[in-house]
Amino acid sequence: MARVEIKRKSAEEATAAGEIVSGGITLRFRDDADHDWRHVEGDADLPDGGAVVVPLARLAETLDLNRFAAVGVRLAPADDARALAPYLTRLALVEIGFLTFRDGRGYSAARILRDDLKFSGEIRAVGQVLADQLFFMVRCGFDALELDPSVREETALRELERFQLVYQKAADARAPVWAVRGG
Amino acid sequence: MYQYDSFDAAIVQTRVEQFRDQVARRLSGELSEEQFRPLRLMNGFYLQLHAYMLRVAVPYGTLSSTQLRALAHIARKYDKGYGHFTTRQNIQYNWIRLEDGPDILADLAAVEMHAIQTSGNCIRNITTDQFAGAVAGEVVDPRIWSEVLRQWSTFHPEFSFLPRKFKIAVTATEQDRAAVQWHDIGIEILKNAAGEIGFKVLAGGGMGRTPIIAKVVREWLPAEHFLSYIEAIMRVYNRYGRRDNIYKARIKILVHEIGIEKFREEVEAEWQQVLPTHIDVPAAEVARIAAYFTPPAFETIVPPVAAHEAALKADPAFAHWVARNVVAHKVPGYAIATISLKPVGGIPGDASADQMDAIADLADQYSFGDVRVTHEQNLVLPHVRLADLHAVWRKLVEIEVATPNAGLVSDIIACPGLDYCTLANARSIPIAQDIANRFADLERQRDIGELKIKISGCINACGHHHAGHIGILGVDRKGVENYQISLGGSGAEDASLGELIGPGFNDAGVVDAVEKLIEKYRAIRQEGERFLDTYRRVGAQPFKEAVYG
Ligand code: SF4
Repeated sequence: MARVEIKRKSAEEATAAGEIVSGGITLRFRDDADHDWRHVEGDADLPDGGAVVVPLARLAETLDLNRFAAVGVRLAPADDARALAPYLTRLALVEIGFLTFRDGRGYSAARILRDDLKFSGEIRAVGQVLADQLFFMVRCGFDALELDPSVREETALRELERFQLVYQKAADARAPVWAVRGG
Repeated sequence: MYQYDSFDAAIVQTRVEQFRDQVARRLSGELSEEQFRPLRLMNGFYLQLHAYMLRVAVPYGTLSSTQLRALAHIARKYDKGYGHFTTRQNIQYNWIRLEDGPDILADLAAVEMHAIQTSGNCIRNITTDQFAGAVAGEVVDPRIWSEVLRQWSTFHPEFSFLPRKFKIAVTATEQDRAAVQWHDIGIEILKNAAGEIGFKVLAGGGMGRTPIIAKVVREWLPAEHFLSYIEAIMRVYNRYGRRDNIYKARIKILVHEIGIEKFREEVEAEWQQVLPTHIDVPAAEVARIAAYFTPPAFETIVPPVAAHEAALKADPAFAHWVARNVVAHKVPGYAIATISLKPVGGIPGDASADQMDAIADLADQYSFGDVRVTHEQNLVLPHVRLADLHAVWRKLVEIEVATPNAGLVSDIIACPGLDYCTLANARSIPIAQDIANRFADLERQRDIGELKIKISGCINACGHHHAGHIGILGVDRKGVENYQISLGGSGAEDASLGELIGPGFNDAGVVDAVEKLIEKYRAIRQEGERFLDTYRRVGAQPFKEAVYG
């Protein structure tokens, strides 16, 4: 696993119990430098330069402008990850949104990007990203996790490290136990 | 049977620690109830009417005697002294305190058991033929491939937040005792002309409010592609299964809405993408697993076995039990014995801790320590010498699990219903008890012959009423329990969906109606016909007349 970079956005957020802990943490497992991303929502104007993240519908237009230091795209749960195929070499970041943690489509999207489309840029989980999903996310190819504000940093790190063994191959480098057994 | 190596043990142990951590986070408020709910569900904890229910996985229905004793211990220590075997070949405890949860899971882990993925929107316990490894005519022992699936589906990173629960069943004989056609994915293990193992893959079956029989996705899947193909199906479902409406979220609705041709196209296309990721287990791993399922050291016995023949003659009650609850074993001189958890008037599927202990002892003494759970909520001793059957039976009589009713009218599947379940519209267990009491005369039951009655307390169909020769569904009619009857369902290789015969009945009326249906059958049946056969021959009309006049 690459270097873990931990970013804190805001100092204090409320957990479910109303307790105050540090929140807005992003865990990033990449060696390349992060950008100062600007998010463009809906039909809002694009900035003149810098690093932008746009919705899928505006991706082609954004890339055509050729004026950004880096371009990222935000996939909604229903978006087809394979629609990104023509653009991947020009993309630095794919953000995959979890409107609710119960919606598991984002895991398939990440695996399609990593396994099928061989995307090597950043795949970042955003939205309801909770401690007990993180290991699954990393296994599916996410390498940046924007934690839900309720998640404590130590819990997140503990859950990421908890399982040393896995039963199946996925998009990460972990060998399944059948390969380990084989010696 | 399969035994954990250090890897399996470590994974299950880690899971126990993880759950302990999750419970602590819930209690401290770090996790909200909404966030905690799927976590506890995927560890088998389900909130019922009166308490938590814990559902423990019995992978493909196979238990060692040691495991059965551990289940008895849990019943004694953490519940009210009994457990309830389910239609998924699992066991449920209905009176559990969540605070005890981590300790219970630790006790289970000590005997290579767990409650992983027994609830929640994930891949559930894999089920198969309860007679696996004992019955003649198997292509291979279906538990080998069930164990491959168990490992692959455990904490699958991509498929732990599916639109809805997901059930897979495997069979390896022409007779289907695992109801594969009623599953989200059904696997039939086959052998081709070249002697190679492969699979017929079905998908999109399921009960609930929209009962649908599974359709064939692929007639022949070579063994080496097993997991990649299943993974392709799962991915299509995970991506396109409906998430807007809980009642339309099962894979059956997806297959139904886009059609099996389109579904197959999607799966095959996805499979081409998944194939190169080498997720399939190598043959060596399958062989490693298969080695655990090599048959026990059967003796060479040449029937007839004199002691057995003599006992059959001398003891008519024993002979009745053998005729009904014992089926042929693939090895001469052995038999497969079904232990009925359907005493007349009892709760279908319940067993006390003492009964479990006694059955574990019997398994050790007479069945290579091997016990099975059936999806019809009974237990099985799969490898009993004919010479030992009488001794086994006497012990079963003593502990009151020797009712000779396997497959008969009182061998009823019933869901927990209004007695336990928050979703129920009506009681199921008392209806099963009333029907069993009405037909308490075993001579009459034997005369009626094979008849599968299945009862659900609401449209979710956990009691499999759609697949009952006689299916009973409890509904709520203006605040009063009402029971609808359907006829002609089957969960076997001739799978079919039961058809509603007309307006429902109250609790007493439904028992009368069942009796009228059965008397009608007795009046019009032809030689050798089961209830289901007669119904299929004559249709619903004569039965409707019998009930509604
Ligand atoms: S069928 Fe309905 S009442 Fe019965 S267990 Fe299932 S949800 Fe509960």
